[in-house]
Amino acid sequence: MSEIPLVSELREKFGEGIIDVNLEAIDEWVEVNPSVLVEVSQYLKEAEGFRFDMCNSITVVDYLETDPKKAAKVDWEPHMEVVYHLSSIATKLTLVLKVKIPRWKNDVEGELPTVPSVAGVWATADWHEREAFDLSGVNFLGHPHLKRILCPDDWEGYPLRKDYEMPLEYHGIRGR
Amino acid sequence: MATSKIDDPRVIEFDVRTDEMLINMGPQHPSTHGVLRLVLRSDGEVVSDVEPHLGYLHRCAEKIGENLTARQWIPYTDRMDYLAAMNMNLGWSLVIEKLIEYDLPERGRHLRVIISEMGRIASHLVAMGTYGLDLGSFTPFLYGFRERERILNLFEEVCGARLTYSYLTPGGATADLPSGWTDKCREFLTQFKEVIPELHTLLTTNSIFVSRTAGIGVMSARMAIDYGCTGPVLRGSGVYHDLRFHGEERYTEMYDGYVFDVICADPETGKYPESNYEFHGDKLDYPEIPRQAILGDCWHRFYVRMLEVVQSVRLIEQAIEKYEATSGDWGKPIKLIQKLPAKEAYMETEAPRGQMGFYVVGNGDSIPWRVRARSSSFCNLSVTAPLCQGILLADIPAIVGSLDVVMGEIDR
Repeated sequence: MSEIPLVSELREKFGEGIIDVNLEAIDEWVEVNPSVLVEVSQYLKEAEGFRFDMCNSITVVDYLETDPKKAAKVDWEPHMEVVYHLSSIATKLTLVLKVKIPRWKNDVEGELPTVPSVAGVWATADWHEREAFDLSGVNFLGHPHLKRILCPDDWEGYPLRKDYEMPLEYHGIRGR
Repeated sequence: MATSKIDDPRVIEFDVRTDEMLINMGPQHPSTHGVLRLVLRSDGEVVSDVEPHLGYLHRCAEKIGENLTARQWIPYTDRMDYLAAMNMNLGWSLVIEKLIEYDLPERGRHLRVIISEMGRIASHLVAMGTYGLDLGSFTPFLYGFRERERILNLFEEVCGARLTYSYLTPGGATADLPSGWTDKCREFLTQFKEVIPELHTLLTTNSIFVSRTAGIGVMSARMAIDYGCTGPVLRGSGVYHDLRFHGEERYTEMYDGYVFDVICADPETGKYPESNYEFHGDKLDYPEIPRQAILGDCWHRFYVRMLEVVQSVRLIEQAIEKYEATSGDWGKPIKLIQKLPAKEAYMETEAPRGQMGFYVVGNGDSIPWRVRARSSSFCNLSVTAPLCQGILLADIPAIVGSLDVVMGEIDR
């Protein structure tokens, strides 16, 4: 519950940019509009009393139910969430930021959805965003050198997407 | 064409044109700790740019996690940081317990302290040994492994495995400690405490080692935080932060009532906490900091690990007493097909190499919707490029070694 003053400050400062807040979740999270993500991050990093100076991890969660039977039961539309786990060494607080994005940009399959890069705010986000791009296929706009990090440069597809299929072969190696 | 007479022979050197060279270091280079590949741009001996290439050990652990139940994924956590597999098991167990809101019995908590601190000693011994190896000294490696073997023997007795334990599971541990094990553990600690000064003489105060590491790869506290460095790498830069003290309650309550120090130099005075290490009844001071060492350099990162070992010994001694004093259940593993609620949880623990985080998203099924491992070595390694700019080629093994990365954890 320590995050409540933070939420009211964020709402005051960014208004419509703060889409949703969930304080009942196991880890309280704040959903922000991608357009204000960098400003919110910069503010969280510098704001007196919060100082989220560490970006612990960046995770992309793909919400797509590939099983049509189960898909009829879920209460969400297919989308992706970029989850930022922040913490502070100065104040020992933790916070989760979320950004919801479509699975494909303008719903054109193959066009990667975009999120502004926070690599300029936390240097550690550089590699985390590269990993997210590599495995989940999210284009981080403004990233200094967005390229694959774990998979080879010529790998096709984004393995952590729910509809990913292993390629039949890669340089003569059988895939499946 | 008349050539002017050169008075100073050294001037010739500046007249020689050299080209930049791209050097490929690894992935089989012994000092890259596994399969790390560094592409160095160097002009003679001076390195101007380093680019790490990862992924040689990528085994799709996160994707596999989306197809297995929480308990089935335990062996995959073993294979992340394979030098401290117990601590990886612990991190994953705790996050699942957080998600299903399970509270561990007290005896199980003390058991976990014993096991995870033993894991920390075993891991730091390898870190020390291989760091010596990186810098051309073979002996510390053998001394470190001799002690590590004893810990592995103890672990083998507990769970039957020597490297990938799968011992701590969500819900507790697969079995209680065998009877008589704590006595053997005490015996090991007594014997190990005598060896610690020996290990210090091998490297910490060795003048060759000091000149290879002191003042090399200096990282400011601000840089360390910005690049997400954690664990001994962060504390070596003088940042007072240890999740065993400052982490989430679910994790810190494991260490409730324990007395130990966070090993970190005071940035103002440069002093480490007072030694509380006893050797044959006398208080023994930690080795002195050499005057060439600068806070945040390779030597300090190494020193933090060496002193943390002493704190782990202290913790285990207390934990054994507490463990023996409590009776009852140590915590049974959760069901193999335990359903996970449609919630999400993230948690970090203080693994030997830094803060190891696990993130799990449930959807009411027993198989999680998404799992994610935040690797400490991954972030620690990301600092290599800025740290290695403008240094000598021979210092690269010193810097990479001082970060103590394990590729299994980076590539997952």
